[in-house]
Amino acid sequence: MSIEPVLFYIFSAVLVTAAALVVVVRNPVHAALFLILAFFTSAAIWLLLEAEFLAIVLVLVYVGAVMVLFLFVVMMLDINLTPLREGFIRYLPVGVAVAVIVLLEMAVVVGPGNFGLEQMPAPPRHGADYSNTEELGAILYTVYAYPFEIAAVILLVAIVAAITLTMRRRPQAKYQNPAEQVLVRRDDRVRMVKMEAEKGENKEQ
Amino acid sequence: MNFEIPDFAPAAPEIFVLAMACAVLIVDLFLTEKNRVITYLLSQTTLLGAAVLTVSLHSAAPQVTFSGTFISDSLADVLKVFIYLITAVVFLYSREYLIARKLFKGEFFVLGLFAVLGMMVLVSGYNMLTLYLGLELLSLSMYAMVAMHRDSMPSSEAAMKYFILGAIASGMLLYGMSLIYGATGSLDIAEIAAYIQNSSSDDMVLLLGLVFIIVALAFKLGAVPFHMWIPDVYHGAPTAITLFISTAPKIAAFAMVMRLLTDGLGGLLTQWQDILVILAALSIAVGNVVAIAQGNIKRMLAYSTISHVGFLFLGVLAGTDEGYSAAMFYVLVYALMSLGAFGMVILLSRAGFEADNIADFKGLNERSPWFAFMMLILMFSMAGVPPTVGFYAKLAVLSAVVDVGLVWLAVFGVLFAVVGAFYYLRIVKFMYFEKPEDKAPLASDFDMRAVISANALVVLALGIFPGSLIALCATVI
Repeated sequence: MSIEPVLFYIFSAVLVTAAALVVVVRNPVHAALFLILAFFTSAAIWLLLEAEFLAIVLVLVYVGAVMVLFLFVVMMLDINLTPLREGFIRYLPVGVAVAVIVLLEMAVVVGPGNFGLEQMPAPPRHGADYSNTEELGAILYTVYAYPFEIAAVILLVAIVAAITLTMRRRPQAKYQNPAEQVLVRRDDRVRMVKMEAEKGENKEQ
Repeated sequence: MNFEIPDFAPAAPEIFVLAMACAVLIVDLFLTEKNRVITYLLSQTTLLGAAVLTVSLHSAAPQVTFSGTFISDSLADVLKVFIYLITAVVFLYSREYLIARKLFKGEFFVLGLFAVLGMMVLVSGYNMLTLYLGLELLSLSMYAMVAMHRDSMPSSEAAMKYFILGAIASGMLLYGMSLIYGATGSLDIAEIAAYIQNSSSDDMVLLLGLVFIIVALAFKLGAVPFHMWIPDVYHGAPTAITLFISTAPKIAAFAMVMRLLTDGLGGLLTQWQDILVILAALSIAVGNVVAIAQGNIKRMLAYSTISHVGFLFLGVLAGTDEGYSAAMFYVLVYALMSLGAFGMVILLSRAGFEADNIADFKGLNERSPWFAFMMLILMFSMAGVPPTVGFYAKLAVLSAVVDVGLVWLAVFGVLFAVVGAFYYLRIVKFMYFEKPEDKAPLASDFDMRAVISANALVVLALGIFPGSLIALCATVI
């Protein structure tokens, strides 16, 4: 038996446990950390599938950027979790029932009966000179150029939307104007005032 | 690898709208509050230019380009022209409303143009990937527009609900698409259709994917039991944005239903027909009954939207060309009526006052007989009273359903349409037989008055001469 199935099962077990803990754990910081673990292990599974570009992007983008931001938000906002947890027990039976039904349906449909090795033969292994990144790039900028451009527009809309929703000009807010700071001259800040020396009591006496 | 540069010409309207939206975004940065109207004029020019491009590049034969991810056919072109027209009227109606509420910002028009781009991508999508991306582009712009009025709690709440339920629906859609990809090995609509033709139609994977896709479509269109977000979002969003959400995106959503269910999964007609029968019947019943209990006209129109979505599904589920063209006729007519009805709510509102209660329409006849008459036409049309166009829209979908033997469903639809007539006619009663509580004269610019009158008169005129629009819908399907 090769090492790959063993690795796959280890990573899958960690992934499923981590994903479950994200939902169950009480402390939101711990939940975010478990989500990072889930991303990491799924990146490892992608590596086993020879999708190294996607694996690295998952770690860089989700773990490196999104989750760090997420942790910041969780720590910055002092959310009182008790009211959020209020309905947990009440909705638990419904939630579990729906989850079990969906799980059963998926087990029936996405099981070996429909996606076994007879229906979907395992793809051949690629040699060491095969580059997943190059293959993706070649197809992304040719066949998928149109969806790729739309995805870029979606990112632009996200930027516009984020700025629209968060930027507000407040007249009383204090902010720096670097141009003004650079152009400042001595005369704007310091005023030399000629004063007569005060003739007070002479202490030497 | 062999790759030919695709033909860009069929996508010229999309490219134009994208370029202009970016230009408006930049131009707006350099405008002062006083000159903001330039942004508005540029946005209207964009829509006009896109319409000219779409009409001039129209060809009867469908053109597929960008490696099969984009299609430009008669259906897409006609729906796009209606989307431009309706969005232009939405911008016109919104202008004064936004100025009065200090929301007249460039972002409204930029996001509006990006939403139009999303609708265009959706209407022309011929691959699951482009359909999904078009939908996301449209939804993302919409979420931001709903949240734009930051100081208003209802509007933030509406945006939050819209965003979360929209995200769930997108997740459902993606999961359904991935299952269909798993079963057919392709994301291309034409290839999926070809695969289903050649295989047995009770493939479990395909069916589960189909169910997920229908759930997502029902979420996006707001069919019962996936309608919970519609009343809250329509109520909470600023009226100008409710006006936008309730009109043009419905046309795009209809196109998505056509591309996914009929072009792609048409081979599974017998399977999705049953699901749509349930969705349609529930939507017609719940929408019409719950609308009666509403005191807020935006909520009432939201429930009326739900019932109209039910009627729209009646046309689609017939599964015949007559049914599809009836559904297309219905969605175009619905967009026109909804445009007029929310336009009237805007017309009656003014700075610091939202005319969003049904009681605000009391005695409108004494304040302005002309606009009371316009509202009368719109309400009659929504209720489906002849000789307005709403009657022909309902007649077309019901006769399509009768043709495929679902007589009970047609009877059910008629019964609840009668129930629905009650709350539309209640507004008419308020306008004509009650004393006005609010005596302020209707103040608005000439263009708003002219276009809203034209809007209502078109609803009446199409009711008297519905032939041309019906023929148009029949030729493009």
